[in-house]
Amino acid sequence: MSEHLIFELSSAGRKGFSLPELDVPEQPLDDILPAEVRRRRPPNLPEVSEPTVVRHYTRLSQLNHSIDTGFYPLGSCTMKYNPKIHEVAASLPGFRSIHPEQPESTVHGALQLMWELQELLKSITGMDSVSLQPAAGAHGELTGLLMIKAFHRASGRHPSTVIAPDSAHGTNPASATAAGYRLVSVPSDERGRVDVEALRRLVNEDTAALMLTNPNTLGLFEDRIQEMASIVHEAGGLLYYDGANLNAVMGVVRPGDMGFDVVHLNLHKTFTTPHGGGGPGSGPVAVTSLLEPYLPVPVVRRREQAFFLDYDRPRSIGKMRSFYGNFGMFVRAYTYIRSLGGEGLAQVSRDAVLNSNYVRTRLNDVYEEPYAGPTMHEFVLSGRRQAARGVHTRDIAKRLMDYGFHPPTVYFPLIVEEALMIEPTETESIDTLDAFVSAMREIAQEAESDPDLVRSAPHVTPVGRVDEARAARQPDLRWRPPGQDHDEAPGAATPGDAPEGV
Amino acid sequence: MDYLSHTEEERRRMLDSIGASSVEDLFLDVPKELRVSGLDIGPGLSEPEVLRLMTSLAAQNENLETRPSFLGGGAYYGYVPAAVGAITGRAEFYTSYTPYQAELSQGTLQVIYEFQSMIAELTGLDVANASLYDGATAVAEACGMALNATGRDRVAILDSVNPEYRRVLETYATGIGYEIDEIPSVPRLSLDTAQDLVGQEHAALVVQNPDFLGSVAPMEELSAIAHASGALFIAVVDPVSLGLLMSPGEYGADIAVGEGQNLGGWLSYGGPYLGFMATTSRLQRRIPGRIAGATVDAEGRRAFVLTLQTREQHIRRERATSNICTNEALVALGATVYLALVGNQGLARVAELGLRKAHYAASRLSQLAGFEIVSPEPFFREFVLSTPVSPDEVNRFLLGRNILGGIAVDQHYPGRSTLDRGLLLSFTEQTTRRQIDDLVDSLAELQTEAATPEPAMAGGSA
Repeated sequence: MSEHLIFELSSAGRKGFSLPELDVPEQPLDDILPAEVRRRRPPNLPEVSEPTVVRHYTRLSQLNHSIDTGFYPLGSCTMKYNPKIHEVAASLPGFRSIHPEQPESTVHGALQLMWELQELLKSITGMDSVSLQPAAGAHGELTGLLMIKAFHRASGRHPSTVIAPDSAHGTNPASATAAGYRLVSVPSDERGRVDVEALRRLVNEDTAALMLTNPNTLGLFEDRIQEMASIVHEAGGLLYYDGANLNAVMGVVRPGDMGFDVVHLNLHKTFTTPHGGGGPGSGPVAVTSLLEPYLPVPVVRRREQAFFLDYDRPRSIGKMRSFYGNFGMFVRAYTYIRSLGGEGLAQVSRDAVLNSNYVRTRLNDVYEEPYAGPTMHEFVLSGRRQAARGVHTRDIAKRLMDYGFHPPTVYFPLIVEEALMIEPTETESIDTLDAFVSAMREIAQEAESDPDLVRSAPHVTPVGRVDEARAARQPDLRWRPPGQDHDEAPGAATPGDAPEGV
Repeated sequence: MDYLSHTEEERRRMLDSIGASSVEDLFLDVPKELRVSGLDIGPGLSEPEVLRLMTSLAAQNENLETRPSFLGGGAYYGYVPAAVGAITGRAEFYTSYTPYQAELSQGTLQVIYEFQSMIAELTGLDVANASLYDGATAVAEACGMALNATGRDRVAILDSVNPEYRRVLETYATGIGYEIDEIPSVPRLSLDTAQDLVGQEHAALVVQNPDFLGSVAPMEELSAIAHASGALFIAVVDPVSLGLLMSPGEYGADIAVGEGQNLGGWLSYGGPYLGFMATTSRLQRRIPGRIAGATVDAEGRRAFVLTLQTREQHIRRERATSNICTNEALVALGATVYLALVGNQGLARVAELGLRKAHYAASRLSQLAGFEIVSPEPFFREFVLSTPVSPDEVNRFLLGRNILGGIAVDQHYPGRSTLDRGLLLSFTEQTTRRQIDDLVDSLAELQTEAATPEPAMAGGSA
């Protein structure tokens, strides 16, 4: 069921475009663009007709699993339904065709939307100010850490470490490095929460911040959060909230009330802007008044009834990306929040937690549950019992595909052996959850009765199990025109059990 | 509208199955004193109500589908073929996640592979990644690569690089802590100055082509200057211009980055856009972000998968090449479809139409007394026009005639007298002769008004 590359469908001279005729006098090209600055060799772009293009990419689309075609319980990714009205709103000409350099008076609706979204996110998080600029969650992390750094510098301090739990998302340590900090990992305790005594020993005057996800990546609420906040604050550090798991607690508890100083949100998770096959995301940051002066420029503000972009912020960390962020995602997230309202969002979190516990309690007799629930919006099981029989989590994940489900996040968090991290989300019906539970239970059975069937899965997907090691050893990263040699760079192996998901 | 599925009866049944008496039981770990009772953000709206709200907000924005505009500076109103929207609007693409599970993501993975191939072809370099957030962050990521590859701690950048990109680079530099040396090159670059200011301490020389003022830079000479100091040469390029202009591979760039919004993407008030990056095989293991590769499945059939992942944050954590996780996959899909539709001929045609319209406008505007083209030749499809009154006044005047003018460049180059009345004007294949003629006629009127002295106060003749 493989599909040719678009390049393989090319035939010189075919056209898939139409453009207006030139309507200005035609000067000799050499007079306006001398030959020496022009390219010598044209690129080898495919030459195909529009019907060929549309059929090719439509066929490719059909090789994907997606939320609209099936259950997608990737832990920490919050793969909830993406409402269709969002796409209608974002494609209104008054949103899609406005230039970021237009005078403020001609984009009043866009500025009002951004200002109101900032206000809504403040209410939801319990913070004082918001910047919508970061393009994704990890970008929000870097933004937040750079603000923390600016804050410490302003008070004459130069702490050099950032602490994150050993269960943290990979972006936390990577963002700490990008912000120029050394990462210190704090272990989890036997309850799957941060080991508070260990934290106490690790925190000192060199601590710039503690980065936390709450509920954490095991789906457990860090119930000693107030104590942890005091430990960090008393040493002069700040608390950073990774908002990946905010879907569990809207209308229940707010990061601002837990003692966090900076929060990033993932509009593509909690506020269901589509993931798009890996982006665009959007990762606004919310801060307390302490950090407000350091927000990236510009900030959208209101003066009487007019909205404007405030660049006059001398203590700002600067710009994190061009213009104002992923505006198209703001339109969708704003539509979502206004559609649901306060009670709707609170019910979202209640149902997300209900769904997670429902699936967990129906699976924890056949798969090991390394840390006791109740859990919040997601939970982690271990495939250790099945692994003992030679069927690993990777195999279970691949076998789930045969049942029509996208696998959960696997091999993450790193502290759970053979981890399966499951986040059903609130938009799934009990029927879907029941079908998923049945599949998981049947696979556990198969692991006993017919382990080879599971180990050789998937069987009914567009391609069989993909050889990742070969891809890394002999990188083939692009099509090349016939006759051009494929140069191979020396390879390195992919680690066997790499996290997949998050 | 809340998009939830359960009835109250189903919720009850699920709680019974869990063994909880109420949903409150599931939140017992949240300390009581931290709880809030709901969110104070008002009630939800029905779909018709929310659409009315969104339509009224959108209606408060002047949009370029109905209003002539000469705004560019890194974001362009190019034509978006209908087939692009038909494909990016397919839910199998837009409602899927990062393709971690290759067997269920062959569509997205093959698109990324095709995108990488097209970017490599356009830039004339060996490999490309799956995309980055935008052009500005792509520049910062490229500098990060160069710092790691060379072990040096300074970056040289021409100040003719888009100011937004330079501001973002400055912010990123405060993170890992490196220095940026801006080389004065506006409005006119001196190769001798560049030669003097780029040295052994620099990890890279960053040059934009065409630059922020629209001019084509002497890339071969600048590439040689960078390499003579052992610095990498980073080219910041407009992908549409590569339909005509020399490719980064042809002038020996080590890394090419840029903004791909104009490959079939909407303006969308600044985002989501499309950062792209291509480099040489030698540097491929230092690339940030996702990369798709071709391999085979268990039966030996061609298949695609995310690869070289040992560079990335989810595996390497604090030792990753970057903290980036998401890319701009859906915008990259749109760009891939766009490039497939236009092909070689179409891309060159789009570039040529913008080029010719810009030169027609320049030839007419330069005949107006008081106006002058500041951008050095050759320029591509943008140029800076020096105006007799302040650019803000010009823009206000044009707005009164229903024209969105250009970008005032004085804010970005304070103290450069040749630019303090500079207006950056941009032209694409969408610009019509009629729009250009209206612009010229309007500016001629402005010039007449500006030249006419204020009526003298009626003085008493006594």
